Amino acid sequence: MSELALAGRVVELVRSAAGPGAEAEVVVWHAAEALTRFANSAIHQNVADATTTVRLRLHLDGRTASGSTTRTDTDGLQALVERTVSAARLSPPDVSWPGLTPPTPLNPGEELDEATARATPQERAVRVRDFVAAAGGLETAGFCRTNYASAAFANTAGQAVEGRFAEAAMDGIGRFGGADGVARLASGRLADIDGAVLGARAAAKARAGGQPIELPPGRYEVVLEPDAVADILANLAMFGFNGKSFAQRQSFAELGAQQFDSAVTLLDDPIGGPGEPAPELPFDAEGTPRASLTLVADGTTVAITHDRSSAAEAGGVSTGHASPSSREWGPFGTHLRLAPGPAVPVSDAAVGPTAESSRALVASMRRGLLITDFWYTRVLDQKSLVITGLTRNGVWLVENGEVTAAVGNMRFTQSYPQALGPGAVLGIGGEAIMLPDRWSGVRHTAPAVHLSSWNLTGNASG
Amino acid sequence: MSGNHFDEACTAVQAALDTGARYADARVMLRRSESMSARDGDIEDMSSVESAGIGVRALVGSSWGFYAVPDLSDSAARAAGRRAAQIAAASAMVPGPAIDLVPTGAGEADWASPCEIDPLSVSQSTKGDLLVAATGAAKAAGADLAQGLLQVWDTQKWFASSDGHRIGQHIRECGGGVWASAFGDGEIQRRSWPSHRGQYGTRGWELVDGLALVENAPRMAEEARQLLTAPLCPSGETTLVLGDEQLALQIHESVGHAIELDRILGWEAAFAGTSWLDLDQLGTLRYGSDLMNITIDPTIPGALGSFGYDDEGTPAVKRDAVRNGRWVGVLAGRDSAAVAGLDYAGSVRADGWARLPMVRMTNVGLEPGPHTLDEIIAATDDGVFMDINRSWSIDDRRLNFQFGCEIGYEIKNGKRGRMLRNPTYTGIGPKFWQSMDMLSSEIVSWGTPNCGKGQPAQIGHTGHPAAPARFTNVRVGVRG
Repeated sequence: MSELALAGRVVELVRSAAGPGAEAEVVVWHAAEALTRFANSAIHQNVADATTTVRLRLHLDGRTASGSTTRTDTDGLQALVERTVSAARLSPPDVSWPGLTPPTPLNPGEELDEATARATPQERAVRVRDFVAAAGGLETAGFCRTNYASAAFANTAGQAVEGRFAEAAMDGIGRFGGADGVARLASGRLADIDGAVLGARAAAKARAGGQPIELPPGRYEVVLEPDAVADILANLAMFGFNGKSFAQRQSFAELGAQQFDSAVTLLDDPIGGPGEPAPELPFDAEGTPRASLTLVADGTTVAITHDRSSAAEAGGVSTGHASPSSREWGPFGTHLRLAPGPAVPVSDAAVGPTAESSRALVASMRRGLLITDFWYTRVLDQKSLVITGLTRNGVWLVENGEVTAAVGNMRFTQSYPQALGPGAVLGIGGEAIMLPDRWSGVRHTAPAVHLSSWNLTGNASG
Repeated sequence: MSGNHFDEACTAVQAALDTGARYADARVMLRRSESMSARDGDIEDMSSVESAGIGVRALVGSSWGFYAVPDLSDSAARAAGRRAAQIAAASAMVPGPAIDLVPTGAGEADWASPCEIDPLSVSQSTKGDLLVAATGAAKAAGADLAQGLLQVWDTQKWFASSDGHRIGQHIRECGGGVWASAFGDGEIQRRSWPSHRGQYGTRGWELVDGLALVENAPRMAEEARQLLTAPLCPSGETTLVLGDEQLALQIHESVGHAIELDRILGWEAAFAGTSWLDLDQLGTLRYGSDLMNITIDPTIPGALGSFGYDDEGTPAVKRDAVRNGRWVGVLAGRDSAAVAGLDYAGSVRADGWARLPMVRMTNVGLEPGPHTLDEIIAATDDGVFMDINRSWSIDDRRLNFQFGCEIGYEIKNGKRGRMLRNPTYTGIGPKFWQSMDMLSSEIVSWGTPNCGKGQPAQIGHTGHPAAPARFTNVRVGVRG
């Protein structure tokens, strides 16, 4: 039975159990995830699973409950409906129920790559083997992953849609003399993932990271490479442009205000583009079609991400950002893209520690730091989005446009919107890289950025 | 889904062996969970999850493979076993050193966590009424935003291995909390009860009944409002007194993760990170002051990291991690222990049937000290008291940390003084622990229900016995 047929069947079971007045939405999600993980230059964990999950949200007589199950046989579906109906009847009134998505066509997107959807453990292992070999004897660690998902949505208002996507990613480090270097890439096509290229890049960074100096805390001019910028995008999405945070006055975002440097244009782009397979399903957990959404245009905040609940609270419309947990955690963008700056020709000479998209920015920095990656970033103050975290996978001192020394990892405490504020962005790299998520299925696309100031508040000594 | 499911697990194990595995194990798991949240006196979200399936782990040569499906039919179990072995065979393209497994004392057993009131038997309306009352009370007391959360997990699992294990377990967990926020000009202050995530344990609903959420919610709202106008925590080095809740997270981040053997061996190097600890120093390294005694103890009744057997079938046993300030033990699995030359495992768990078992914290916490919080404050001439975590960050070797707390108080001449807002502190793990010069006997086992680790991501449930303690020469008041 297809996912769409299964979703329709659950809708019918709800009508039978709760009557025609029940409002129900059903998502049937089949996911085949596979991840080949390596450490100490050997594959040490190699996992796969194939799971179908049915999620039901039900609004009955003014009360709401939701449930999910991995049991898709008749008994399992019947049990899901019965316990969700029972839970709704026992629930307190839900005064903020936003209603169902009406029948709405999906936005067209690029088809998935079938080869990625059907990737084998051997294809992932080949990329690991190539990464390890290209690191030239350095200790390596990381993963190669492929995911395939097909899903359907149906509700009692008549919305019925289905879609599929596939993605691949590789993320690995090379280790040399106590220094780590990283290389990452995500794509809709496994064929785009070249383990040898990534392994060589990670190794070059690691080799350039030996014998780090320790710098005193303080404010530094910085070039942030795409991995670090992706962390900024993730936190802006989660806490700044989140419709629930916005509605609850916990966000810095002000619609129509010039809150960022005019060089900053930021989109959430979950449906891909010409020649680029969609990185996500074409609809959200409420059945709203996903679409590209400009959040910041030339430095001005112009949109917030909403599900139906936060949109109703804010007096707007859903932007297609509902998730199973968005009523609790808020709706946020999962595929942000910071628009790159103008492309600048760079030489193909020895790479050293600098990623290709960062080289022109580094060349223009008189004195500052080149930072590869951020780690363990946490919010200290949500309203101003002050974040503390650490650098990781390589920091270098840059003087007169040249890398002059490796630097030990440092702690920072920095407001992210302030760092990108008007006048603070000195340059944006010409190439945006799609980066794999660290944790939760989000994949942001980022170029390097050159910022006038970053507040480093600690070093290896404390 | 009823009865036991050892047959399916054994079928999968045998299929893996038939496909070339030299060792295999399988876990059938049924997990039912509930979550309910409320905001400002209204229920915001309520959901229930039922998840059932089988996860199979196969060792072919020196390579592991894992496969999981939500189908418990005989054919699906057999196919999952075969697939796990085939994935292990693919791993051999980039092989590692030979893998051994330390013995576990294989056997047949059943275990269940203590539970007076089944949390799933408590009606949704009772749970909803509790959250509505608690968040309503906070709102009425002046909170700009009042939030509440209750969560329940009921997990049954049947584990079988080619070593002969047949272990059934039934673990019930629950907990919750209430949060009050006050919005000021450009800043938000929050107070949480009973902790920043709530309190959780492997207990029945009696745990939630004991939290007194409604009774404490108004005070949280009042303190959040007071924090908006409280003076900032001063910046500089001072004597720091931590409450038990913050110290529990300090233990989790700067001790618990650091003693995970997979991190020490480099198995998590690319993501969660490694550890500053070197196995050559096990038994000799000074981790902290003589007051520092940390145990790994999955046998604590009702604590969130408790179980009868881990997910490799190793029986729960209490072990020392730090004794009189010296590092003496690790959290280990059967394969990592063998690599390290250790003779014990017992700290491997998986987040559901679809995830690979890996080294995880159980209950990692402090043994009681000789003092009380009142005595510690009375003995402090000049310092800061902080409690209830607000933010946490630590480097990938588990050395350089920075924590923010919800609330602070200055300590002057042995007395607690003014409330302080935005208290933070930072330091380096061993230097910090070696500065601990007073430790209370007032132990609380705090539960952490959201410990992230692994790829694909896994959420672990851990416990951390902790008590108030004093640390000297700590840098506080770090700001952006």
